[in-house]
Amino acid sequence: MAEQLSPDLRVNLCGVLLPNPLVLASGILGTTAELMERVAKNGAGAVTCKSCGPEPRAGHPNPTVLDWGPGLINAVGLANPGIDEAVEILRETRRRLQPLGVPLIASVFADSVKGFAEVTRRVCTVPPDLVELNISCPNVEAEFGRPFSLDPDAAAEVTRAARAVCDRPLLVKLSPNVTDVVAIGKAVVAAGADGLTAINTLGPGMVIDIESGWPILANRVGGISGPAIRPIAVRIVYDLWAHLRVPIIGTGGVTCGRDVIEMIMAGATAVGIGSAVIQDGPAVFSRIAAEVRDYLASHGYASLNEIRGLAHARRHMEP
Amino acid sequence: MRDGTWNPELPLPMTIREVRQETPAVKRFVLDGSLNAEPGQFVMVWLPGIDEKPFSLMNAQPVTLAVAEVGRFTRAMHRLGQGNRLWLRGPFGQGFTLEGRHLLLAAGGYGAAPLAFLARRAREEGRRVAVLVAARSRQHLLLVDEFRTLGCEVYTCTDDGSDGQPPRLAPQAVEELLTSLRPDALYACGPAGMLDALEALAREYHLPAQLSREAYMRCGIGVCGSCTCGDQLVCRDGPVFRIPG
Repeated sequence: MAEQLSPDLRVNLCGVLLPNPLVLASGILGTTAELMERVAKNGAGAVTCKSCGPEPRAGHPNPTVLDWGPGLINAVGLANPGIDEAVEILRETRRRLQPLGVPLIASVFADSVKGFAEVTRRVCTVPPDLVELNISCPNVEAEFGRPFSLDPDAAAEVTRAARAVCDRPLLVKLSPNVTDVVAIGKAVVAAGADGLTAINTLGPGMVIDIESGWPILANRVGGISGPAIRPIAVRIVYDLWAHLRVPIIGTGGVTCGRDVIEMIMAGATAVGIGSAVIQDGPAVFSRIAAEVRDYLASHGYASLNEIRGLAHARRHMEP
Repeated sequence: MRDGTWNPELPLPMTIREVRQETPAVKRFVLDGSLNAEPGQFVMVWLPGIDEKPFSLMNAQPVTLAVAEVGRFTRAMHRLGQGNRLWLRGPFGQGFTLEGRHLLLAAGGYGAAPLAFLARRAREEGRRVAVLVAARSRQHLLLVDEFRTLGCEVYTCTDDGSDGQPPRLAPQAVEELLTSLRPDALYACGPAGMLDALEALAREYHLPAQLSREAYMRCGIGVCGSCTCGDQLVCRDGPVFRIPG
């Protein structure tokens, strides 16, 4: 039997080479340099830190995260140490990730256009390999995210301000909680985004304890992630790719190699992994990477480029 | 809703069957439910409208917790009595593994709770168990009678010497016991400083040790990254960490 070459999992994300398409999603495990290094050593293709903002924030009281069965519901509330300490953590993370060849994505948030520009400017001093603007956290009422994620003009304004101070490839993380996500995508790309991350959590949702009548999250409501939202994430990635053809980190409910392939067939360049870490811990990355490699090998594909956007081509084929 | 329809990930309500004052700061809560859990594992306890915090299990069948009043949440818990309910998620985390025939357990302060669970299991299996109960003063020594009832050899030490022994810190007392008792394994739960000292001691004596560590927790299930200790997650990789010795 002829020796089969191992499929190439490398992907080019906005000019940054990832050893594989699996990206640690923001808000999961990305709190310390040691932990992000461990995620990288466990097979992640890139690591996104937990979003950092201008000031330290304690976040919401507990319960903040709940596994309700088909997914997670969370209202951590953008807990973060503030940009001063975040920059130190990111410097150390970069130092540890570089020898591993695993790029670092810095996720930033703020409550104003000026704030976004300032936090972006500060993280670029690290520098990370890419910057992701988190304009879409659904858990913090009106102050963060929502004003920017729901309106194309506001999303574009934040992107422009960050673009002006950012010399790294810039991603904007989109909210699924809009009627026309393509309009937001078009606006931020026109304003200078190099790529998109889609999607942030869906909702907000609520889970009520029926014995006490209390909503379980202290914040009452929280963002929904995990397998429950995957078909929505796939559809949004599909729509964005159909209209924009920019690199996309497809994120939402991916737990196995099959889900990664599906996301890439929808048009994603890379794939975010978040809630799935409750299954295997950080080892989830090596497990999923092996499943992706097995799929490509068994279907005769040499690289992910051969299947990217495949679902779009299929649309035009005769049955 | 105990008929198997309960989603195991959601908080499970349990009714308090008994509350007992153990020390001036600590109350024992015996609940009407049971969990399939190992000693050293923890549960997240939720009081609707107040907060959710992690607690080591003092026993799993029935669920028993030893809770010190240290803040807003535990003050609210201490106001509860028989018939009141609390809500549990879990058990979570890596528990203790029993190894060796002769065990030394070192309990610092509230750390006695998970070690009482461990001592019960070890005694059930016929292992010899010595326990050092350490606290800042005599009235804060926790679960001494419990360990005696379980058939353990109990030693005490206090920071101020109010137990009638010379004043000393737990690591010093543990080192004395290591030399005199020559146990096969060391198990400990207590303040971070005590555990760091015991980790060093275990390495020095080439003694396998299992240390239960405490951390600030949000999710309890390994996703939020709040409880990191180096590259380890206390909620998932711990709370019991093993030192090979």
